[in-house]
Amino acid sequence: MVTPAPDDETVLPPRELLLTMYRHMFATRRFEEVCLDFYRQGLIRGYLHSYIGEEAVAAGACAALRPDDYIASTHRGHGHCIAKGADLRFMMAEILGRETGYCRGRGGSMHIASADLNHLGANGIVGGGIPLATGAALGIRVRGGDQVVISFFSDGASNNGVFAESLNLAGVFRLPVIYLLENNFYAVSTPIECATGCCELAGRGPAYGVPGICVDGNDAIDVWRETCRAVARARRGEGPTLIEARTFRWGGHHANDPGHYIDPGRLAAWKERDPLAILRRRIDEPGAVAAVESGVEAELAAAIDFALNSPEPDLASFLAAIEP
Amino acid sequence: MPELLYREALRRALDEEMARDPHVFLLGETIAERGGSFKVTEGLLARYGPERVIDTPIAEASFTGMAVGAALIGLRPVVELLFIDFALLAMDQIVNQAAKIEFISGGRRRLPLVIRTQGGVGEGLAAQHSQSLEALFYHVPGLKVVMPATPADAYGLLKSAIRDDHPVVFIEHKRLYAVSGPVPEEETLLPLGCADWKRRGGDVTLVSWSYMVHRCLAAAERLAERGIEAEVLDLRSLVPLDRKALLASARKTGRVLIVHEAVRRGGVGGDLAATIMEEAWGELAAPVRRLAGRNTPIPYSRNLEEACIPSVDEIAAAAAEIAAAGR
Repeated sequence: MVTPAPDDETVLPPRELLLTMYRHMFATRRFEEVCLDFYRQGLIRGYLHSYIGEEAVAAGACAALRPDDYIASTHRGHGHCIAKGADLRFMMAEILGRETGYCRGRGGSMHIASADLNHLGANGIVGGGIPLATGAALGIRVRGGDQVVISFFSDGASNNGVFAESLNLAGVFRLPVIYLLENNFYAVSTPIECATGCCELAGRGPAYGVPGICVDGNDAIDVWRETCRAVARARRGEGPTLIEARTFRWGGHHANDPGHYIDPGRLAAWKERDPLAILRRRIDEPGAVAAVESGVEAELAAAIDFALNSPEPDLASFLAAIEP
Repeated sequence: MPELLYREALRRALDEEMARDPHVFLLGETIAERGGSFKVTEGLLARYGPERVIDTPIAEASFTGMAVGAALIGLRPVVELLFIDFALLAMDQIVNQAAKIEFISGGRRRLPLVIRTQGGVGEGLAAQHSQSLEALFYHVPGLKVVMPATPADAYGLLKSAIRDDHPVVFIEHKRLYAVSGPVPEEETLLPLGCADWKRRGGDVTLVSWSYMVHRCLAAAERLAERGIEAEVLDLRSLVPLDRKALLASARKTGRVLIVHEAVRRGGVGGDLAATIMEEAWGELAAPVRRLAGRNTPIPYSRNLEEACIPSVDEIAAAAAEIAAAGR
């Protein structure tokens, strides 16, 4: 799946990779729609943070990785998980709290992780995954190898102390990690202008000796191209990169937040730039796109069926594992 | 048996485990070139190189989190937090990440991580460098808490902690680094969760851990001069807790004094006392008592500092009272 980033900006990823990215984005969009529906039906507990509108970031970034590379994700992590190759059945089962889920019903939406996928985990703490990703990169260095790590996090997390600490650490140790800052312009409800005196977030990288670059987070190809460059740098031992991907959340912070604070005109403008529509135009093959979409629908239907028919976690074995 | 200092015993454990397993590596502040503020890691940089003995910037939250991340991909990091007081800067990574990751995964992931740190009074380091904070970690499911009192225990328990597949908070004591004691010449691993009778006696049980074990032993000597035979049970690890040994000793003497340096309020001693009374009430000859640090930040001045933690005199007096009391 790995293609060296072309220096010529007009060169597209191979057709197969474009369709893979589209499959991940469409699967995320539809998965989230089903989850929101299930949430309203009361089938999903807790918080559910939708990635709708931001799908191109995860799909473009993960398309630049090998299967043995790592990612660390966030509370808004379904898109990262799908783009890393997750099985929709186990994701849906986890979100519905079933024994067959990725975390056997112990984690839920905010904590999906899989050692098999080299997915270090979603995280309920904003910024919590940044040191973990940085440490995985250090681990790669200690044991040897050319794997890389992508740390997904948000504009909100970039104002947390561990962002500064971790960029500094990765910069000085030249660790193979890509900091993928998903700037959706809101930290819960607080607009970025109210959260920082410097909204050019990519510019924070050079302060720590880490190159910073800003990409169009709604264009999967743009994300892919810059992530490929960052991955290549990291594999060559040249250290980390900070990529700020500008994108937009199409709803509130989570399923229960109507997001009244989002300006409707601004939202409409971002929806005009639907990441799925942008990539469909770049693929320009309606037949191939339709085939991908019908494949995803079948996979999703099977996942729903699998999850709804899976047992809840066994209470007796849960209790038996707890020390007195 | 050869004698080693507590710090030398710790160093030997690190050295042997690093030689045995290339996945073991060290990171922390000032541990490489300088060999650590308490000289535990001295010489290891020369043996294992800067890839495995790593000086970090002063960024506790992130370098502790990095150890968690490295453990997640199969390394066996030993991260050093220079003072347990500084662990408070890394509590999200210790409590929300390290302690939760295995559980959240439904038991599908392992986190072989050791957090070495040290606490306690004794150097005039005042309120932010002298705390005994084991109760914070004891309270959190998902962490093991080990607190060795002697060089031999420090050696054998640190080796086991490094080989353990789960996160261990390994708490040393700044007053113990220069304490000498016998350590077996041959490689020895001490299992976590096994208390040790540092002294046997039938009249009263002194339950303790870390530095206070030594004061309990000194108090037991004085008690013996007065014809009172005290048993000193060193728990060595608080999680897992050796409930069997704790209850066996409580049942044997029927009289228990729990001694710890950490402040009394919310201390581990309260939980141990409750456990003993719940499980062995009928066999107790007197109420379980606690002697613990005073409920105050640690002051700087020597006379004030010393007054904050149990003295040998206080331990002996309390134990004598318990030995004389009862039904």
